[in-house]
Amino acid sequence: MLRWIPLLPLIGSVVNFLFGAEIQKRMGRGAVAAIACLMPILSFVIVVGHFQELRGYGPSDRIILDSVLPWIHIGSLNVDIAFQFDPLSAVMALVVTGIGSLIHIYSYGYMDHEPAAWRFFALLNLFMFAMLTLVLGDNLLVMFVGWEGVGLCSWGLIGFWYTDHANTTAGNKAFIVNRIGDFGVVLGMFALFWSLDASGHATLVFRELADNVRHLDGMIIWGLPVATLVTLLLFFGATGKSAQIPLYIWLPDAMAGPTPVSALIHAATMVTAGVYMIGRLNFLFSMAPQTLEIVAWTGGATAFFAATIGLAQYDIKKVLAYSTVSQLGYMFMAMGVGAYAAGIFHLVTHAFFKACLFLGSGSVIHAMHHEQDMRKMGGLRKYMPITFGTFFIATLAIAGIPFFAGFFSKDEILWKAFLHNPMLWGVGFLAAAMTAFYMFRQVFMTFFGECRADHHTKEHLHESSWSMTMPLVVLAAGSIMAGYLGVPPALGGTNRFEQWLEPVMHHQTAAHGVVAATHGVVTAAHGEGHGGHSLAQEYGLMAASVGVALLGIFLAYLMYSRRTIKPDTFTSLARGVPHRVIFNKYYVDEIYYGTVLAGTLALSRVLAWFDRTVVDGVVNGAASLTRAASWVNGAFDFRIIDGLVNLVATLVDKIGGRVRLIQTGSINGYIYVIAAVVTAVLLVRTW
Amino acid sequence: MFDAIGLQDFLIVALALFSLGVYCVLTRRNAIGILMGVELILNAANINYIAFSHYGSANYDGQLYSIFVIMLAAAEAAIGLAIVLGIYRRFSSIDVANMKTLHG
Amino acid sequence: MEHILTYMTFIPLLGAVVVLCLPRENNTLVRWTAFAATMPPLLMAIWLYMNFDRSTDAMQFMERVQWIPSYNIQYIMGIDGLSVTMVLLTALLCPICILASFGIDKGVKGYFALFLLLDTGMTGVFCSLDFFLFYIFWEVMLLPMYFLIGVWGGPRREYAAIKFFLYTLLGSVLMLIAMLALYFHNDPHTFDMLILMEKSGSYSRDFQWWAWLGLFIGFAIKIPAFPFHTWLPDAHVEAPTAISVILAGVLLKMGTYGILRLCYPILPLATQDMAFYALAVLGTWNIVYGALCAMAQTDMKKLVAYSSISHMGYVMLGMATLTPQGINGAVLQMFNHGTVTAMLFLLVGVIYDRAHHREINGFGGLASIMPRYTGIMTIAFFAAMGLPGLSAFISEVLVLLGAWQYDKILTVIAASAVVLTAGYMLWMLQRVWLGPVNEKYTGLPDVTLRELATLVPLAAIVIILGVYPHAVLDLINPSLLALNQTVLSAIPMEAVAQLP
Repeated sequence: MLRWIPLLPLIGSVVNFLFGAEIQKRMGRGAVAAIACLMPILSFVIVVGHFQELRGYGPSDRIILDSVLPWIHIGSLNVDIAFQFDPLSAVMALVVTGIGSLIHIYSYGYMDHEPAAWRFFALLNLFMFAMLTLVLGDNLLVMFVGWEGVGLCSWGLIGFWYTDHANTTAGNKAFIVNRIGDFGVVLGMFALFWSLDASGHATLVFRELADNVRHLDGMIIWGLPVATLVTLLLFFGATGKSAQIPLYIWLPDAMAGPTPVSALIHAATMVTAGVYMIGRLNFLFSMAPQTLEIVAWTGGATAFFAATIGLAQYDIKKVLAYSTVSQLGYMFMAMGVGAYAAGIFHLVTHAFFKACLFLGSGSVIHAMHHEQDMRKMGGLRKYMPITFGTFFIATLAIAGIPFFAGFFSKDEILWKAFLHNPMLWGVGFLAAAMTAFYMFRQVFMTFFGECRADHHTKEHLHESSWSMTMPLVVLAAGSIMAGYLGVPPALGGTNRFEQWLEPVMHHQTAAHGVVAATHGVVTAAHGEGHGGHSLAQEYGLMAASVGVALLGIFLAYLMYSRRTIKPDTFTSLARGVPHRVIFNKYYVDEIYYGTVLAGTLALSRVLAWFDRTVVDGVVNGAASLTRAASWVNGAFDFRIIDGLVNLVATLVDKIGGRVRLIQTGSINGYIYVIAAVVTAVLLVRTW
Repeated sequence: MFDAIGLQDFLIVALALFSLGVYCVLTRRNAIGILMGVELILNAANINYIAFSHYGSANYDGQLYSIFVIMLAAAEAAIGLAIVLGIYRRFSSIDVANMKTLHG
Repeated sequence: MEHILTYMTFIPLLGAVVVLCLPRENNTLVRWTAFAATMPPLLMAIWLYMNFDRSTDAMQFMERVQWIPSYNIQYIMGIDGLSVTMVLLTALLCPICILASFGIDKGVKGYFALFLLLDTGMTGVFCSLDFFLFYIFWEVMLLPMYFLIGVWGGPRREYAAIKFFLYTLLGSVLMLIAMLALYFHNDPHTFDMLILMEKSGSYSRDFQWWAWLGLFIGFAIKIPAFPFHTWLPDAHVEAPTAISVILAGVLLKMGTYGILRLCYPILPLATQDMAFYALAVLGTWNIVYGALCAMAQTDMKKLVAYSSISHMGYVMLGMATLTPQGINGAVLQMFNHGTVTAMLFLLVGVIYDRAHHREINGFGGLASIMPRYTGIMTIAFFAAMGLPGLSAFISEVLVLLGAWQYDKILTVIAASAVVLTAGYMLWMLQRVWLGPVNEKYTGLPDVTLRELATLVPLAAIVIILGVYPHAVLDLINPSLLALNQTVLSAIPMEAVAQLP
């Protein structure tokens, strides 16, 4: 049955691609949407079924396998198209199909005037297929199929309204930047495969990898331990897919796509693939403390810088995009300090509240006739109560207000980061403050105060239809409740989430970044082993982060609701230079365009020129040279060689002119001559 | 009773035929006439072949050759007549004395 | 089915004769006759595919007849895993190309007769196991190609045709010299490839080097490997669509096929010595250089032509690695490139037939005007980019995987081309198919049924091989593993003498 989880959306996608246009023409948009929504919902049902089955097994037996087709079996490479369903895959599949289904339903309302809805839904279903392949694949190569597949769908959906040049450019940018990351994944896969091959355990299957990575100990490539090299390469891929420094630049541009796409792909699912991959390969990353250190700091830096950029954006979706980048940074921070379960936990809660935020912003954009500038909104609370309510709940969740989902997961991460390195905690702490600030800035600018929209738009302001509000309500509920999956012991819970993932994460490192040598030991930061860090400390940190979040909210309130502090006081600081730099995203795009892209294009032009003039010039030159030589040769031939020949010919001609007179042309004459000669010969012979 | 007729008799007949043929070829100005003369010459040769074959060596080489010659003669006549026809179309005459376009 | 290879080779020739005897006025009859003449080989190819013994590396369906006994020249036909894929590819592409040529209306009889002659030449090259016969088929293929480009081509057709002809002929001459050297080196003199392979241990290293270089340059021109590649963009730009398809789909493969069929088993020592520089480094250079050149092109066909150069680089790199993955990937890539590039050229041809130009910047928004066409085109483009789930992904991954074991730096360079490939493909996609609709072309009709008939089978193969590559890998694997072993285990003659 496992195979049907990804296959059903694939079927939906194929049907809509082949016949969608016809169905939409004959039976309307609803039929297309019905096909598209049915498939992920069915997948969700199957996932839930498997999840229940999994819960029935003992913790160490929690795995379901389904091998579909032998794929590549060459030499020592043996890869099948096969799926596995273990606790980690289960969590991911539940998120993907659950939130995915909701977003499909939402899309029906959002894309209500779209003539090519069939193409949208086909791509959305194809995305579900790719994403489910990614999380369910039982080996690296199948995971990679999903990995690239989601990139493809992301490309198609970002550039969905392809008649606008900017959209397709954003799509291309996303795909190509992702490809740069994929380059790392591929190389990491190769290095891992051959290193294991050298030890006689060549495999790409996750289960077997987990058993065999220990053979990598002591192997060196390019002066680096293999595990470090492999994980660095894989992490490079993760920075592409999950929009981390240095490859985060594509995600903000990706907001060019329809908003449900931003919610599904660029917030809840695809961008978390990098986190999932590290979680999936945690046994490998645990062998490479240096890599983990880099992961943690990259995550921290991304969380911080993206948050600063988020402070200055006016586009409602851009704010959310940078907040996504920032939140993903938190997840990587968790992965980097070895708190894999905490990272995945934040992934889950983030999926709920960020999807809710995006869909809420989509609802606003839809009502505002595709206006995305927050400076032209305001006061929407009155017109769109449901959207406002759900958006507000999700904002509280992301800001880390207690009893909402984000609080539990974010504090878990910050706590683990603190145990690892207080500096790292400091970075995350500051980012949390900024998050609270810019999120409430957004809420105030959008939903409070006077409505700054033009008259025409104002007249048509309305709450969205049920298919859009229903998912919002469900997701808002999730933004509250998802947190209770993993209440830490400090708050009286048992952290069920971490226990659930324990069979997959049992290679977890200690929070101090020391490699846990013994398998199967859960090194909970709250455990006995860390007596130095008391519960009091944990409570203190919690209070600090809540406090700073409240401070951020208060500041936003003062600036954007009460307006007692003018935003200008900050934007005009130091002649506005810092604000400009932040508003323009530190000019990273411009730097990349100016160096990498321009360099590649220039190189390509130079090489093309080189090809046309030099390489081909040699060929044509050789031809010209040959022709010149042949001309000289021809002249020699004509004057001298041919001269001799002509001389002979002239001589022959002259002589022939005389001799030819013998030819009379008279047949009788000839016959007489013949007879005479024959007779003469006979006479001579006989005589 | 054929025993009375010997090789010599055949040779005489052939000689006569040959001479007639040569005379015909030399004197005729009509192209068809010349062709007929050539036929006579060829047949004279045939008679010689058969005669020698019969009276001479024990194998059938001579007779074989005569069949070749007959075939050759047929082909030669066909081509010759075709040429003559062509000439007639071109010159409206088959008098060989008129055909001197190949003179040097 | 005895003599199946002979039938496959010569039925198109028979078709050419029949086509020449048809009345001049009836173009439709000529076209369908030519199409019919390529059908028996296709059916036989399917039969071959079904009945090919996948468990052995030996030659199959052998035929052996004395031809010119005084020079010990024989008519030997036979296929193994290496050649069967190429025979299948040829048999598949020829009917498709004939269908794609139905638009030709100048000198129809001549065109199709020459095309069928070309078919015979190509199939013959892949089937013949006698070097002399191989050479003859090689040259037989050259001549029709010259006329097909030179008569039915674009504005600069004479230049392109002559360039193609002379360049390839230069390669043929070097090949001829190497072939004669091998012939006279053996006693009794023989052109029989199987015997040449058997005796591979008896050639000295120096001899192998020279013969290898001669053969290699001949084949490198065909691949085409840098710096012998400049005939390709010209030939592609001028050639009619179907000829471009055949050129990229089949003819280029002859270069790499020749290296694997001749250089590898007959001259294994030289292969060991040369593989790194002549194949791996050059192949990697081909990949990156071709991709970068493609990025700068503004003519669609030229772009695809340079992408061919880039993709053929994978074949060279893969075969140089001498790992099971690399060499299998190389041959799979030959097949996949044949189908994918064929699609790309057919697709460019479709648009050229309608708009009469191929300027990338001269279009825009075709996706809105020709949705079905755009759908198929997307598959082809993403296949060319090596997207997982489509055929080229498998071969590229296998090649690069094998390459990593062989030389890591080269692999890093070669793998970086996946980014470049995505770059130029997507950029072209954006400029031609996406963006605002160009008003000039709003009236263009979508793909016709005939065009679909040429594209859909290829698209199906591209997808199927992406999911189940063993449909081809099973065919080639035994032969290639044996070939790999031959090269790896070759030791110098002098060393042989010292063995106990």
